[in-house]
Amino acid sequence: MSLKKKVSITVNGVTINTEIEPRRHLVDFLREDLHLKGPHLGCEQGACGACTVKVDGQIIRGCLFLAVQADGCVVETIEGLTKSGALADLQESFMRHNAMQCGFCSSGMLLAAAELIEKQPKASRAEVREWISGNYCRCTGYHAIVDAIMDVLEARIKGQKIKPVVAHA
Amino acid sequence: MNKPSDLKGLVLDPVTNDQRYIGSSEPRHSARRLLEGQGTYIDDIQLPRMGHVVFWRSPVAHMKIGKIHTEKASKMPGVLAVVDGLQMAKICKPWVATLGHLAGMKSAPQHALAIERACWQGEPVVAVVAETRAQAEDALQHVDVEWEELPAVISMESALDPQTPLIHPELGDNLCFTRSLDVGNVDEAFANADVVAEATFGFGRHTGVTLEPRCQIADYNPGERRLTVYHSQQAPHMMQDLYCRQFGLSESDVHVICKDVGGSFGIKVHAYPDDFATVGLAMMLERPVKFVADRLESFTSDIHAREHRIKGRIAANRAGDILAFEIHDLTGIGPYSMFPRTSAIEGNQVVNLVGGPYKHQNYRAHLDVVFQNKTPTCQYRGVGHPIACAVTEGLVDLAAQKLQMDPLEFRKRNVIPDDAYPCSGISGIKLEVLSHEQCLRTIEKMMDYSALRKEQAELRKQGIYRGIGFATLIELTNPSPAFYGVGGARIASQDGASVRLDPSGVVSVLVGVGEQGQGTEGIYAQIAADAVGVSINQVRIVTGDTDVTPYGGGTWASRGAGVGGEAVLLACQALQENILKLAGAILNRPVTEFTVRRSYVLDKATGEQLLPFSEIGRIGYFRTDTLPAGFSADLMVTRHYTQKDYPFIFTNGVQASYVEVDPDTGFVKLLKHWAVEDCGRVLNPMLVDEQVRGAIVQGIGGVLFEECLYDESGLLRNGSMADYLVPMANEMPDIEVAHVETPTQSSKLGAKGAGEAGTAGAPGAVQNAINDALAPFNVAVFDQPITCEKILRALKKI
Repeated sequence: MSLKKKVSITVNGVTINTEIEPRRHLVDFLREDLHLKGPHLGCEQGACGACTVKVDGQIIRGCLFLAVQADGCVVETIEGLTKSGALADLQESFMRHNAMQCGFCSSGMLLAAAELIEKQPKASRAEVREWISGNYCRCTGYHAIVDAIMDVLEARIKGQKIKPVVAHA
Repeated sequence: MNKPSDLKGLVLDPVTNDQRYIGSSEPRHSARRLLEGQGTYIDDIQLPRMGHVVFWRSPVAHMKIGKIHTEKASKMPGVLAVVDGLQMAKICKPWVATLGHLAGMKSAPQHALAIERACWQGEPVVAVVAETRAQAEDALQHVDVEWEELPAVISMESALDPQTPLIHPELGDNLCFTRSLDVGNVDEAFANADVVAEATFGFGRHTGVTLEPRCQIADYNPGERRLTVYHSQQAPHMMQDLYCRQFGLSESDVHVICKDVGGSFGIKVHAYPDDFATVGLAMMLERPVKFVADRLESFTSDIHAREHRIKGRIAANRAGDILAFEIHDLTGIGPYSMFPRTSAIEGNQVVNLVGGPYKHQNYRAHLDVVFQNKTPTCQYRGVGHPIACAVTEGLVDLAAQKLQMDPLEFRKRNVIPDDAYPCSGISGIKLEVLSHEQCLRTIEKMMDYSALRKEQAELRKQGIYRGIGFATLIELTNPSPAFYGVGGARIASQDGASVRLDPSGVVSVLVGVGEQGQGTEGIYAQIAADAVGVSINQVRIVTGDTDVTPYGGGTWASRGAGVGGEAVLLACQALQENILKLAGAILNRPVTEFTVRRSYVLDKATGEQLLPFSEIGRIGYFRTDTLPAGFSADLMVTRHYTQKDYPFIFTNGVQASYVEVDPDTGFVKLLKHWAVEDCGRVLNPMLVDEQVRGAIVQGIGGVLFEECLYDESGLLRNGSMADYLVPMANEMPDIEVAHVETPTQSSKLGAKGAGEAGTAGAPGAVQNAINDALAPFNVAVFDQPITCEKILRALKKI
């Protein structure tokens, strides 16, 4: 049961050389071993999208992906993508629209939205709704999330950034 | 529509002298961490020596528990304990969940881990604790429980039949609670009516599906005999009280901490057997124990709700006046009434609320709440409102149809007029002030009703079947002790806030009501900033810690803004008074000459800045030697607020749904949804809009998709998120929200609750829209969830 396998995984820019049990899921490896608590576990069966992370540039379900499958791969989580600024526009837009309530879906939702912006820069409102339909949000009713993503798409087309939210004094 | 930029602060008289935040769409600054993956949910917390518990749960609806063999499991790697019900009962008392003011209500004693019998599929029987979750799950496979299946009561329809077995023989029958109400002269009203319409309404049992499952970490420190529970809960003080009572502890020995909560919706305001078991294990093992439900456990052990069958009828006269409503409600609640709020409240609410928006004078209702061998039900967002509203509004539409009156006109004619308040509703509910007429006028304009009807008629000629449905609603919020306290439940309806001016002039506010994503902390920061007189970035809100905050009830019955918000306002205004008194002592001038503006004490007459708050703080904490003898600076104050003027402060609103039904496939497409909501003073339009929208989408889940499906032996057939359908973005419509503001006079703030009205109205509105689309076929469906299959059956296509 404890036939561990040697792996080398680059997580948020840092290369990790370690041994992992073959049955360990990527999200458990990230959360329990690396203490990256940004990806969340909602269903553990690939339905809810809360555990979404990026592997070699593509979003995947961290609960359906074994950690050993990521051997030799580049893994990015909400923590790394926040630090690099890759999600800044989306995060500011989500703040502006209150496109999160409890926040449990947010890291997955943001990563899904970022991939949409990359792949479908001219997406319509209906296409945004369809794209994020793999990510479950019980709180918001989705409307504000769609608004927030649409604003980023529009800003990108105009070559603009989303203005950071600051508490007005 | 409704972009934040369009949401100007709604105008009411200001509550504070320099009001900058209350009423504006201020973003939730403290929520930024959630967008950066930096929240702290229970499963994110790892404590030294922490064990992980998993449960062997009943695999069937009803069973006799035989011998439990734990030897093999106990020897598995990493296992710390394997505990059964008898061992657990030595430290955790059983409970019976009834309320004194629900006359005649009964239930049976329930244990943290089942003893002798398990009464629903999913009831915890044996606990396995190991060093890792994986080890605990590995060991669980080796727990061997001998069991014998017992006859189960599945259908609520036959639960009271004489030949049906009794779930708890000592109770004498399977009836938990019954209530009858008869007001006016219902028989005469129906006999004299020009029009009588009736229907049977079905509501599918569904559940909350919080994205973060139920979870907690219990830790017991034997050195100080102190229990600490990190919880994903709505009511930390309530849980503290329950741990004290079940484990024989005192409040000073129990500390409950709620950090980020990943959705609650009422699911996380109850006391579950596995919760007590986790606490008991921590006490036995004297080390932290973490419980995180997996999704199947969530579906079989989180409370369910809304399994009702209601026969209803309505009487009206030719002029278009509603004369009477009559309902008979049957609801199945599982084998035990849920602790401590009980499972009779939902049905009781239905009785209180049916017909609630209207001015008819005759009403009869009968309610039977029965036991069955399914997951226990209890209060889930909306609690009875979605049922009462769908029944009322379904009957209203049927009557309007028979009278050939426009459904909106019919409602306008029959709602209690805006100038009639305060008054009593027909069930005896006290209504302070509502705005049905204004809300109906607003929604008519907002949706361009006449144009929509025209479009509907045009498309119908082309074989496209669209429908428009309305739902007028009332919602009870800001509860007084009449809800639970008078019935003997130790659940606080009052709440408290402590506010402190810190030495540098910033403000910390400690509040009894916590945050589960609604934006509670956001509005408290707005209120505090305005009421003390500082910028919002100088306010820190602290919630969810029984060691730290004033004693309060937490989050339930839409009380966060109206009750918690008022406590914050009162505390902050009192702090501002103390700041002025201290300024008077420092400057040796009368307080009446001062005012506060943006972190400064000013000369009221000239506007000159006299003292910054940082100076107030410096002297108040470090140079009290310079103050007059006997003067106390008191830069921290606590205030509590109870809403005592009415049993509840009712809010009102109206929703409309526009749908297209494909008569060949039964497929329903939601085209648009509108809501007009009157929650009194709107503290933050953006947050209220999102509350309303999120609640509407939960209501849409109930009317179109969600149902806990059981087979005839009482096994849940769809206990996964792939099989139990919840609304996803693609099926949901855009939702337009507008506000009418009729503040309550029972508080200074004037805020009423806003969290549940969306869920209350959406099922009725969508049901009516579907039936409006189906009207040309002379069929209607009143059985929720209204699936494609049910529509096709109604159309006799299958």
